[in-house]
Order: sequence, then C-alpha cells, then structure tokens
Amino acid sequence: MNGTASAPVRPEWVRPVEQVPDAAVDESLPLARRLADAPGLRRATIVLVLAIGWEIVARIADNELLLPTFSATARAFATDVASGELPRKAAVSLSLLLEGYAFGIVAAFALTLAAIASRVGRDLLSTLTAMFNPLPAIALLPLALLWFGLGRASLLFVLVHAVLWPLALSTFAGFQGVPETLRMAGRNYGLRGLRYAALILVPAALPAILTGLRNGWAFAWRTLIAAELVFGASSGNGGLGWYIFQNRNELYTDRVFAGLATVIVIGLVVENVVFDTIERISVRRWGMQR
Amino acid sequence: MGSSTAVLRSALADASSVRLRHGAGSALVADAGASALLEVRDLTIEYVHEHRRVRAIHRVSFDVHRGDRFVLLGASGCGKSSLLKAVGGFLVPGEGSIRLAGRAIDGPGPDRMAVFQEFDQLPPWKTVLGNVEFPLLAARSCGRAEARARAGDALARVGLADFADHYPHTLSGGMKQRVAIARALVMQPEILLMDEPFASLDALTRRRMQEELLRLADEVGLTLLFVTHSIEEALVVGTRILVLSPHPGRVRAELNAHQFGLDGIGGEAFQAQAQRIHALLFGEGGA
Repeated sequence: MNGTASAPVRPEWVRPVEQVPDAAVDESLPLARRLADAPGLRRATIVLVLAIGWEIVARIADNELLLPTFSATARAFATDVASGELPRKAAVSLSLLLEGYAFGIVAAFALTLAAIASRVGRDLLSTLTAMFNPLPAIALLPLALLWFGLGRASLLFVLVHAVLWPLALSTFAGFQGVPETLRMAGRNYGLRGLRYAALILVPAALPAILTGLRNGWAFAWRTLIAAELVFGASSGNGGLGWYIFQNRNELYTDRVFAGLATVIVIGLVVENVVFDTIERISVRRWGMQR
Repeated sequence: MGSSTAVLRSALADASSVRLRHGAGSALVADAGASALLEVRDLTIEYVHEHRRVRAIHRVSFDVHRGDRFVLLGASGCGKSSLLKAVGGFLVPGEGSIRLAGRAIDGPGPDRMAVFQEFDQLPPWKTVLGNVEFPLLAARSCGRAEARARAGDALARVGLADFADHYPHTLSGGMKQRVAIARALVMQPEILLMDEPFASLDALTRRRMQEELLRLADEVGLTLLFVTHSIEEALVVGTRILVLSPHPGRVRAELNAHQFGLDGIGGEAFQAQAQRIHALLFGEGGA
C-alpha cells in the first residue's frame, strides 16, 4: 500500500471477434530454398565432389594397378553390369544374405518371446547375447567350415550369428520400453500370449526392432562379403566377395573397385530406400519417430 | 439417510474390521449388495517393492450398482488407482474378493473397459477409427464390417467422426481422451473404469469433457467407476463418492453426489458437501 503503485481500474470492454481476411498464409517456398532443403540432393553433391577428387588424385598418381581412375572404375562397372556378371554375383550374395537374414530374424524373435515370457528366457537371452554379441561372426567361420564344410551351410551359420544377437538385443529392449498404459490397454481387450505380442508389443516396439534390423543387415552384409573373400579360392559359383577376390588375383584393379562400389551401392540402397521407406510408412507416419 | 449409515459402516470398518466381517456388519454389507453390479469385499492390495512389502489398500469394501457413477476420491497415496486396477484385473489382490455381476474377476477383460490418464494409451500405429475398432476385433466379438460401423457410431457420439483417419499423434489431449472413451463405449462394457481421465487436460478442456461424459452417461446408461483427486470433479461427475484416506488406503466415508451437476457448482449445498469432504480428507482423525 504505502509505496507500491496500485494499477488504475480501467473500464471493461467486449467486442465481436475480428474477421480474419484470407491472407496468403499458405505459400510455397522459393525453389532454391526447397532444393537446399532436399537431403538427397545435398548428399548427392557430396558424393559428386568425392568422385571428382578421386579422379584428380588417380590421374596425378597415374598408376592403374594401384589406383584406377573413377572413370575407369565406372567403365568396368558398366561393362560388367552390361555383361550380367556383376548382377549375377550380386544376386548370389543377396539370395544367401536374405536366407540367413530370415533365419536370424526367426531365431531372434523366438529368443525374445521366450525372454518376455519367463525369467529363465530372460536370463538365457542376456547371457547368450553377452557372450556372443561381441564375437565377430567371421571369427566363427573356421569352426563353421569344420562343422558344415564348404558351401551355403557354413555361410548361413555365420550370417545367422551376425543377425541374431543385435536384433534380439534391440527387440528385447524395445519390448521392455513399451509404456505400461499401452500394455494395460492391450490386456484390457483380453489379448494374451502370442496375439498380445503380435498386436501390441511388436508394433509398439517397432522403432527399436527396425534399428535392430538395420544393424543386423549391416553386420550380415559385411560378414557375407568377408566370408566370400575367404571362400573365394575354393568356391566356383561365388558372390560379390568372390568377384572382388578373383579380380584382385588377376590384377584387374578397376574391377576390384567396381565390386567394392557394388557392395557400397547395395548397402546404400537397402539403408536409404528399403529401410527408410519402411520407416516412413510406419513409425514416422505414426509419430513414434521424428 | 443412506449416506450416514455408510459413514457409520466405514467408521466401523476402520475401527474393527474383523468384527465387521464376522459380526452384524456382514449382514449389513450383504443387504446392501443384494442387487449390486460390482461387489468389492475386504480388498487388500500389497506391492513388493525392493524387498519390501508395501500395503496400498487395506480391507476396502464397496458396492457399485448399475447406473452408478461411482467415484473413488482421495489424496495421492490412498491407493485409489490400485483399487481401480484391481477391478480392471491388472492387479491381483492379496486378500478379499471382487465380483462383477456375481462372477469373480480373474484378469483383465473387455467387460471392464478402462480409460487411463496417460495419452499413450492409444496405440499410435492405428488411426482413430482403427483404435476404436481394435478392441472389437481383438476380442473377436464381431466381424470387420460391423466393427467398422460400430466404431463409426462411437466416434460420432464423442464428436470425432471427422477425425476417423487421423493418427493419434496429430490429436490434442482432449481429443485423445475422447478416442479412449469412444474405444471403451464401443465394447458396451458392464462398467467403465476411468483412472483420472481428465487430469492431464487443461482446465477448460476438462470442464468440457466432464460435460460430455455426463451427457454420454445419460445417453448410453453407463455405469462408471471413476478415480479422481479433485473434490469438485467427484461431486460433479459422481452419483456416489467413496472417500479414501491414505497410507494404506482405507475407506473413510461413502457419500451421495447424485444431486450435484455442473450447473450446481456454485450452489450452497454443493459447497457444503465439498467442505464436508475436505474435512474428511484433511480434518482431524483423518489418519
């Protein structure tokens, strides 16, 4: 009271709501801005700059055996794609990879479902993943060769090993992260057992499961190429790894680079096209991931 | 009146529940529960938490009749949510029994649909319509076409027909709660469980939702079990209020609120009843 300023009492007033004119609130951004906002374009620019740098360095080095130019690699790539050799090798690698990937996914889900169903299953999962996840799949190859001999079975064994543990780990983490309220909502519908897992847990944990699938894919792809390199000398109908190994032996360095480029391209396509599309039509559309 | 006997009964239960169970009190309870839809008897709930056993609810008994809007009211820690979860079948009580229409409850089921406070109760991977259909399809209670039609109906009832194809993350909090209510209505549950459904909403939206809930309850003839910590909400929404005192949750009183609606908030009787509950919750002897 004494000293504190008291605000003056002002008259009250009410007025009708003002009409908003149909102003241009919804205009599209200028073209340059939209181009700069396209992540694909920015990344393509980086790739282009790298390719130009490669071409320049290779021309300066001028040694086709050690470092073929970008253009020579591109030519070798185009020739072998046209002749059908690269697509054939890639198809061999991919079909094997998909088979191993599928087995790995089935095994990972079986293990994770056991883990959410019982304490013993949980202990089994955590012990096995703790033991085997740090073990590089390729380190198991000698053992696989001993057990299954040369051929698909050995490769599948290491592929399953490469996919299983990272996928099981992230799937389990995803299941554990499902909010309690959502679980109760699902149980409220009377869902239990496998239907509860399929209709509630799996979709709710999909962001984590997709991360696991991505990691599993990357591990499996690396493992397969490495394993094929080891197999190279003994396998008649090899995949991309064999293609790289064979061409190195014959000192076709440009084709070695073409083989490596194919490995990269397939990896990029699966990462950015397949997985990104799955994410866009699922978890991002549902607002579960930004 | 009825409320005073209820107060007397719960006071007895507080003082000597053993006598109530074996003596004259049990006749009183049985009498009151003759036509009750939901009968909760001597319910005790305990949690095991870090090697300690914590009692959340101690010997709580009450009856909910068909058409009741029964409110569980109490400060946090009085176990009202635990009580609701036990009725929902999500918690297994340590002692006592819960019977719905004469059958003992074992596990969750769509005859007791629940609306929770949290907005993440709606599966984000389903559209609004998909969310409302989901319990019908999950419980296999009808075919796809019928589920779609009934879900559409329920959505229209809560005023969300235009949002059928939206995903939950694009909705406001109030709309999400409306979807949750539509999802519960579509199952035509024996009793609708609501766990502070409007507590996360802003005050204006909460008032609107209370209005709509009362309208829906009239239209559909709902039986509600409603948990809240707001005295005002309990009086507005409820027809009967079970006042619980905390640590562990025990029954303090069972009062009537059927005479109060949203229009009576400022009224003298309303204020008096609110004062009375306030005294029960915070006053002397309130444990």
